[in-house]
Amino acid sequence: MIDIILAFLSTFGALSILFASIGVLRMPDFYLRLSVTVKASTLGVGLLLICAAIMFPDDVSVTTKSIAIIFFLILTAPIAAHMIGKAAYFIGTPLWKGTIVDELKGMYNKETHCLESDPKKANQQEKDHIADSDDATD
Amino acid sequence: MSLENYFDFVILPILTISVLLVFIRLFKGPSVVDRVMALDLIITIGIGIITVYSIRQEQEVLLDVAIILALIAFLGTIAFSYYIEKQKDD
Repeated sequence: MIDIILAFLSTFGALSILFASIGVLRMPDFYLRLSVTVKASTLGVGLLLICAAIMFPDDVSVTTKSIAIIFFLILTAPIAAHMIGKAAYFIGTPLWKGTIVDELKGMYNKETHCLESDPKKANQQEKDHIADSDDATD
Repeated sequence: MSLENYFDFVILPILTISVLLVFIRLFKGPSVVDRVMALDLIITIGIGIITVYSIRQEQEVLLDVAIILALIAFLGTIAFSYYIEKQKDD
């Protein structure tokens, strides 16, 4: 019974990682690749670690380490994906030609790297920043 | 088929093929951010391979290496994205 559970968990985890890597290779755009990668690889590695925690039942340290790695991956993978996606949007990585809407277009201030809610305001702040660059008291 | 043979002949080849596919993206990625993302994914799959290897060899000490690899992958991606974002405005 334990063997069946272990085989099921490891198969599902390995297939999830395989689908993540196929998506990384085949998706047409950086942002689509990023959104495929993070979720599927975190799920796959998490299932493999649960498999390891079941495999050593009489050792508490393995269970603790597995839960620690799963918690750390779930905590850090979205943060890393958000940071690299933001950096990619700033350096102007092109979107896919089938993209319907780009809601961040013009919202970022290029000078201060701040996110505005109004595109005119972002551009206006940039112009103000260029116009009186020595008067930055506001 | 016993579980040991299943790990040896099904799970580890699937993970190896995954690393090879991601390595193709690391090799030909159009921009720098693609390569950073592929490197992060390779390290994440490496954590899975270390886990399966520690199950197979019954050496639970190897999971410490997986913890360190997860930490290094996160810090590397954060550092790469920080410097990529700063590179235009000198």
